[in-house]
Amino acid sequence: MSSLTVFYIGLFYFATFVLVAGLTYRIYEYWKVPAPLNIPTTPAPTTRIGVSFRMFREVALFESLFKSNKWIWVFGYMFHIGLALVLLRHVRYFSEPLCSFLVFIQPFGKYASFVMVAGLAGLWARRFLVDRVRYISTPSDHLILALLIAIGLSGMSMTFVAHTDIVNLKGFVRGMMMLNFQPLPTDANLLVHLFLVALLMIVFPVSKLLHAPGVFFSPTRNQVDNPREKRHLAPWAAALERDNG
Amino acid sequence: MAGPKFEVPKMSEYTDVPKIKEGAMAHVKSFPAAEASQTSLGFPWKLTDDWHDRAINRMGELLVKYRGLRVFMDACVHCGACTDKCHYFLGTADPKNMPVARQDLMRKVYRRYFTLPGKLVPWLVGAEDLTKETLDDWYSYYHQCSECRRCSVYCPYGIDTAEITMAGREILNTVGMGQKYTSEIIAKVFKIGNNLGLPGPALEDTLLGLEEDIEADTGVAVKMPLNVKGAEILLVTPSADFFSEPHVESLIGYAKVFHAAGASWTLSSYASEAGNFGLFNGNYETMRKVAMRIRDAALELGVKRIIVGECGHAWRIAYAFWNTLTGIGYGGNDPFSIELQKQLDPRFKQPSHICEYTWDLIQRGVLKFDKSLNDDRVITFHDSCNVARGSRMGDEPGGQFTIPRNIIRAVANNFYDMAPETIGEATFCCGGGAGILTDDLIEVRVKGALPRMNAYNAVAQEKGVNFMALICAICKAQFTKVVPYYGFDMSQIGGVHQLVSTAIKLEQD
Repeated sequence: MSSLTVFYIGLFYFATFVLVAGLTYRIYEYWKVPAPLNIPTTPAPTTRIGVSFRMFREVALFESLFKSNKWIWVFGYMFHIGLALVLLRHVRYFSEPLCSFLVFIQPFGKYASFVMVAGLAGLWARRFLVDRVRYISTPSDHLILALLIAIGLSGMSMTFVAHTDIVNLKGFVRGMMMLNFQPLPTDANLLVHLFLVALLMIVFPVSKLLHAPGVFFSPTRNQVDNPREKRHLAPWAAALERDNG
Repeated sequence: MAGPKFEVPKMSEYTDVPKIKEGAMAHVKSFPAAEASQTSLGFPWKLTDDWHDRAINRMGELLVKYRGLRVFMDACVHCGACTDKCHYFLGTADPKNMPVARQDLMRKVYRRYFTLPGKLVPWLVGAEDLTKETLDDWYSYYHQCSECRRCSVYCPYGIDTAEITMAGREILNTVGMGQKYTSEIIAKVFKIGNNLGLPGPALEDTLLGLEEDIEADTGVAVKMPLNVKGAEILLVTPSADFFSEPHVESLIGYAKVFHAAGASWTLSSYASEAGNFGLFNGNYETMRKVAMRIRDAALELGVKRIIVGECGHAWRIAYAFWNTLTGIGYGGNDPFSIELQKQLDPRFKQPSHICEYTWDLIQRGVLKFDKSLNDDRVITFHDSCNVARGSRMGDEPGGQFTIPRNIIRAVANNFYDMAPETIGEATFCCGGGAGILTDDLIEVRVKGALPRMNAYNAVAQEKGVNFMALICAICKAQFTKVVPYYGFDMSQIGGVHQLVSTAIKLEQD
């Protein structure tokens, strides 16, 4: 087994560990910090089910962003929906045998990559063209877009330009899952693609990508508008009440 | 009016998004709080020697007490959706008045001290050390935010800059950089019981005077009872209602409504303030201490129902926080909550807004109006931010928009809404909320009012609107001061219950 294969196996175990452990820790943190006051942005749903619908619209349709700015919504939606289809298509490299859904999704997933990269390019263009967005952009904002576009383009190059040895790649991936290690194909675009994906997984729990779990914990979106009917009391606020009467 | 030392923005048909002008409002410094008031709040009054560690420690404490702050520090992706949503940015073009940039004043410090990339590669992620200059920036720009939450409507993650401004002001207070206006007002509430520092006997005199005025005006002996034990309803209203114009016209309106309904009601000299500036500085303990006066008065007077007058942030606190802070509400099963719940009448929402009360009476046909008495007015309604985005009225989401408008339509013939993108949940702040309503911030106030003035001017031109009705004491005070800068007369500003007061028919005793 080549040292390159060993390096990539180590890299992906490490990246997976950081992603899973890091996100688990963040979610635990968000969960643990109390929301001491009822602060949904109103008008807000008055039932838990209503809040689930609000959260669904927020996550699946980007409702607030749609109200806010149609350009960001269009580019952001293109990127996220493209990414979702591309990720679904990639399940075939982890799964054996292939279910009919994965066969069905394959062409959509392939061409969704264009939508994804176009969306990212639009978002990046705004960072240069709109003075307000230029002002707030940090180097990491640019780099994360560069990273995602590079992942997209390197992946697309294998689908549309120079195919990699997909059978051996799947063997490598399944080998890591089953602890039965197989050699990794050595095409440059594949190595670049995998390296950048691992990098993305590693920065996820310490970057703004935390918006993904964060939105579910946002009190302005996930709280029920029922403060006259229900008393919300954080543990530290209850302690304050006991001490002060 | 003395000429302003700054340029008053030109009104336009729509509010255009300006090109950014860095540092345009960096010179603004609200007056700092002095020793007396800061001491009574338990804060230092000048910059402490250990300000750096103190600020970072306080930030660390807040990050584990407030989930909102914790999540909002991480979740922002710098998408830019909020950048053109703040009235202060639209009116000043200062990029630090863009919600995301205002948040980043704190976020860059958060990243430096509380995140791994910020510790390792600060230049990459926009992380910066906390310096004295940072604190000065915080002081300047956290006092150019009215905590109106318009940005939180448009953020894809619901990031609420108000929560960050509150945390920023709390940290500033902790290191001895309090603001004079909010600090003195809270000190007055602690000492005297209301924001204006109006003592009990003066309040009694004022109410007697108002009773005489009403009787002279209408021939009906409408009462304004004070400290009546055993009254059914306790009315808690902003103290500005007792003698500021046009606020007092609404107080007269509430009294006439109670009179017409034959209600047993009272004001309290102990709880003579619905406002609660504790909210503005994000200090839970202060907010609770101020709100507890209302609980104590309710228990003392033995009232069955608590109704809140026309005040935006007061209604947010009453509606959304009183149950948590003071047990005024339902659902609590601890002794503290139960003590009050036993006394309150469960048929009513606790607390109720005066508009909920009046609208209920109108629907039941209890109140009679001569709408033509309001015919000299062509009316529009300004949704106050805390009511619009931080509370509700009635049973349905959005009742805070429909109920006040329903009342206006029931008492007046001429009503037109302003442009839809400037009302409802999208409403523009008056520009004076959350501790900005002070003369040392007049430039911020005038410029921040621009989007609202544009929308008002549009209906004034097209529909002949000459009256902006509101349900917020701060909005009333802000607009009466600021509309003359834009060429309107301050008499065009008034309360919803001022309109009720004009049209209501009172039975002769």
